[in-house]
Amino acid sequence: MPVVMDGVRMARSLTRIAHEIVERNRGVEDLALIGIRARGVPLAERLAAEIEQIAGVRVPTGALDITLYRDDLRRPAVGPQPVLRRTDVPFSIDDRLILLVDDVLYTGRTIRAAFDALIDFGRPRAIQLVALIDRGHRELPIRADYVGRNIPTSRQQSVQVRLQEIDGRDEVEVEG
Amino acid sequence: MTTVATGLATRDLLGIRDLSAPEIELILQTAFAMKEIGTRPIKKVPTLRGRTIVNLFFENSTRTRMSFELAEKRLSADTLGMTTAGSSVSKGETLLDTARTLEAMSPDMIVIRHGSSGAPHQLARICRASIVNAGDGTNEHPTQALLDAFTMLEHKGRLAGLKVAIVGDLLHSRVFRSNVLLLTKMGAEVRACAPPTLVPPGLRAMGLHVTSSLDEAVSGADVVMMLRLQLERMQGLFLPSMREYFTLFGLTPRVLERAASDVIVMHPGPMNRGVEIDSEVADGPWSVILDQVANGVAVRMAVLYLLAGGEGEGGDK
Repeated sequence: MPVVMDGVRMARSLTRIAHEIVERNRGVEDLALIGIRARGVPLAERLAAEIEQIAGVRVPTGALDITLYRDDLRRPAVGPQPVLRRTDVPFSIDDRLILLVDDVLYTGRTIRAAFDALIDFGRPRAIQLVALIDRGHRELPIRADYVGRNIPTSRQQSVQVRLQEIDGRDEVEVEG
Repeated sequence: MTTVATGLATRDLLGIRDLSAPEIELILQTAFAMKEIGTRPIKKVPTLRGRTIVNLFFENSTRTRMSFELAEKRLSADTLGMTTAGSSVSKGETLLDTARTLEAMSPDMIVIRHGSSGAPHQLARICRASIVNAGDGTNEHPTQALLDAFTMLEHKGRLAGLKVAIVGDLLHSRVFRSNVLLLTKMGAEVRACAPPTLVPPGLRAMGLHVTSSLDEAVSGADVVMMLRLQLERMQGLFLPSMREYFTLFGLTPRVLERAASDVIVMHPGPMNRGVEIDSEVADGPWSVILDQVANGVAVRMAVLYLLAGGEGEGGDK
């Protein structure tokens, strides 16, 4: 099945997104990056490194596990129950601009859950959404502010994002 | 690192006996994530919203009952409590009739503590709800063993190979049984220490080191777990006197000098100061007794969450 993004293109996309973030927010003051587990976390770390290159400031990063906020715990499981990982937001999100980072934006339900999770930590000034891949098929009125690449897919397909930190290599593949 | 299960195979938690090592690992890892919730400004997640959990406590309990209630509330479940006093039980209703009555109100889970061993198992056979054993007679107290293991893991980073001395009233202790089952499954080395009258039969066959010498049990130990003398369960003469018991089996700083230099001291509570444990030890730098209480909430959240979500293949309900 086709690889729709390789390591080089992924790196370029992240650099571009970092520039867009700095440009749109006129700097990085009060910015914080929060990655959604699992693959949003390394992406947030990489964006923080890119932003540091551009603006010379290291913005704080955190990790959010949205498992406990999902809306499908009651439904018959299609696969094994997701393993709960630790949420780690070691700073106050009050009055900050939070950049929520995920690998694939699909139905929007994960992001809905992430909003609920985030609001339990405080009241951010605003939340912006970063997605490496937007594959369409939204079920909720949610859109990304920064997108690495839009990839048209059918619902039967699946999009696999692989990252060096977790999977040993950087690539995005469409399967099915 | 040990393998981790992807879910629990059963819908009930009746005892450590029924859990595999990968399932225990899954519960402990999930508890690690749950613990963070207790540090947030809003200590609540919506996971079990709309679920009803009944807490049936037929025996006195403070920390276990409160710990379960707090865990349930932090997961947003609706909870109902029933204690023996002031309920139909005091009018002579049997356990099964109480259970059938509750079942008619269709709770999703029932947490039960009962003075008779096997009461939760009986409930599990007739109820659609998931049953969680919060201590049954002298049989098991699985969530206590899980929170003890979590506390050891937090302080020692591992369970396999740990030298754990468990001292006290082994005969009447469900905490002891559950801990032995868990620790041996996870590869720890358990030493059991008690007066001969309080040693249950068959321990050596389970591969435990059994001794009546406190010095021997504590020597080189990474963990010393003291158990409460359960005077309310002793019908007969098991001990000459409390004072003699403390002299021979009470944990003092002097005895602890024989243990590993970074030894931790545990006690499931409630403590009898001056009977099984010296105040200087209970309040000393070795003591992780209050950590155990805090960890109890996280471990119970993990158990409730995993039982609620897992449509385990082995579940026959």
